[in-house]
Amino acid sequence: MKHTRRNITSAGLLGLTAVLVLTACGSKITPQAGGSTTTSSSAGSATPAAAGASCVDTSGDSVKIGFLNSLSGTMAISEKTVQESLMMAADEINAAGGVLGKQLEVVAEDGASEPATFAEKATKLIQSDCVAAVFGGWTSSSRKAMLPVFESNDALLYYPVQYEGLESSKNIFYTGATTNQQILPALDYLKEQGVTSLFLVGSDYVFPQTANKEIKAWAAANGMEIKGEEYVPLASGADFSTIITKVKDSGAGAVFNTLNGDANVSFFKEYRNVGLAADTMPVVSVSIAEEEVSGVGVENLVGQLTAWNYYQTLDTPANKKFVEDFKAKYGDDRVTSDPMEAAYTSMYLWKNTVEKGKSFAVADIQANAGGVSFEAPEGTVTINGDNHHIAKTALIGKVAEDGLIYTEWTSPAPIEPDPYLTTYPWAAGLS
Amino acid sequence: MDVVVSQVFTGLSIGSILLLAAIGLALTFGQMGVINMAHGEFIMAGGYTAFVVQGLFDNAGVGLLLSIPVAFLVGGLLGVVLEMTLLRRMYHRPLDTLLVTYGVSLILQQLAKNIFGTQGKSVRTPTWLQGPLELFGFDFPKTRVFVLVLAVVTVVGLSVALKTTSLGRRIRATVQNRQLAECSGISSRATDRLTFFLGSGLAGIAGVALTQLSPVNSSVGQSYIINAFLIVVVGGIGQIKGAVIAAFVLGIGQAALEKIYDASLARIIVFVAIVAFLQLRPQGIFNVRTRSLA
Repeated sequence: MKHTRRNITSAGLLGLTAVLVLTACGSKITPQAGGSTTTSSSAGSATPAAAGASCVDTSGDSVKIGFLNSLSGTMAISEKTVQESLMMAADEINAAGGVLGKQLEVVAEDGASEPATFAEKATKLIQSDCVAAVFGGWTSSSRKAMLPVFESNDALLYYPVQYEGLESSKNIFYTGATTNQQILPALDYLKEQGVTSLFLVGSDYVFPQTANKEIKAWAAANGMEIKGEEYVPLASGADFSTIITKVKDSGAGAVFNTLNGDANVSFFKEYRNVGLAADTMPVVSVSIAEEEVSGVGVENLVGQLTAWNYYQTLDTPANKKFVEDFKAKYGDDRVTSDPMEAAYTSMYLWKNTVEKGKSFAVADIQANAGGVSFEAPEGTVTINGDNHHIAKTALIGKVAEDGLIYTEWTSPAPIEPDPYLTTYPWAAGLS
Repeated sequence: MDVVVSQVFTGLSIGSILLLAAIGLALTFGQMGVINMAHGEFIMAGGYTAFVVQGLFDNAGVGLLLSIPVAFLVGGLLGVVLEMTLLRRMYHRPLDTLLVTYGVSLILQQLAKNIFGTQGKSVRTPTWLQGPLELFGFDFPKTRVFVLVLAVVTVVGLSVALKTTSLGRRIRATVQNRQLAECSGISSRATDRLTFFLGSGLAGIAGVALTQLSPVNSSVGQSYIINAFLIVVVGGIGQIKGAVIAAFVLGIGQAALEKIYDASLARIIVFVAIVAFLQLRPQGIFNVRTRSLA
């Protein structure tokens, strides 16, 4: 009897270990190398072109473009909204007569929240569908997986989300913020407000770790004291009580928050539980936009700060139209956010670049991109020809009772993108 | 001193969550040697139940309290369905049950995504649970006090049920010696089903408690299942008092280590300590003394 019980237990433990290992493998991201052969064989499509030779057909009165966003999996919630605003941009452009007189024909693919799928679908869009440009991607891992595909096929990707910087490719246009357009202005703002010490809280993976490395280098040069740095494992039902105790005891002037997703809910709940408040120890978040506010809970966020380059509440004629059109198309209860706006803007930047050079060819777009600008909802944006990012105005916002974010502070002028932080002496040795 | 009090409380709080997640498992795993990988998804189901039930009421507090018995029923029924359809065919084949229940857990996760979407659902915290509670000059977050109280009430209730009711006596008899219990006229089939109902129902209650600390999403069960098994194995299979001691020792250890180091390192140290402990006592803190001669 005793004997069998022990056998059962040990077998069970063995099985558990196996499952642990399996799930660990399941969550590990292994980007597929680019240039993999496409597996889709849609009948009637053009024969796949050899890598490097473009098969884009511009002879008719329409031209194909590709959308690649996650419509399933964990990222679907966020990426669906990006696809909606891309659709809206394409419809607008078509209604206004298209690009160079050609109507846009959209081929939409699902990246399924899997970097490998992004690489595979990008290959399909480029080689089988022969699209002139691809718009999409969200997580850095999806972008890193697609990068070799676009480079080896010499195709174009327009990527609409803020990210950790330290990247630049001639085949990608980055229309979200890089570090010096989002995180550094937020730090400057805190310094201006008289904050002298920070506590860093983030999820335990690439973006927060990289961002915090940059923040610590900045702090050393700017006399800002870092009171603590805590990471929460992504895979655990994170318990924030100890971290919040540390935050409270540290007496830091502000918290810099790079947490992702649901962890924000536990964090802010716990923060309120111990009696911390936005007016005594504000939290600055870089991953919470209008779309996420309702998920985290407005009551948990009121009065807290965010750093972005666009808010739904921006008072520009272009934004008023953008928000009205979006609500008319998708529903009155919907909100617009920074990545959605950056995606919408990216398509107009592509259109303007094509029209400037009167050509859909990748080489012509690369040659003509520098200096192309667009009157975007966030304000005037201009492509930097050297690093393919765009100049953006930094906005620090405050979450209000109505779930929207209102601008508290704005940078005096659009900030030139500097993905490798080369113009900041303190950042030497980071990249 | 302040630090010690607040960290001990945090430890008790973490321990109470672990205990709620593990207590039902202690029952099902101990009773039948069934390794139920879907136990975490029963916790998830309890969490979603709280979300749905609370949605029916304007008053967050009423919804929350009412969702406790409802989640118990939902979890219990899920358990019974699993037991009657699949598990009863494979008693004493632990690896088969492991695979089958792992499959069921994946199905339940996908089902949750289809019904509730991928974004976490937040369950409202009633006003009387918001903010800190002041006791002896210390601040304790009310939600954590609530979870602690819920865990204590649940465990005491379960112990009393096992000790005093005839069902409890049948369960204990079956756990200790199935064949002898059968010989004494106890229907072990019916007992198994009831035990499974009870254990899975307790997972549902754990799910309600968790909603006060974090949102419910389809992967919430995955976060707790491993910890729950750890508690059961360290405490001694099928031993409730073992699970209680193991949960609080691990909770307080985790809290202390987190304070000294950081969250990731604390977890690693706890895991290493558990492995070392199991080397010394493979049977856990307590083990069932049987009368068998084997």
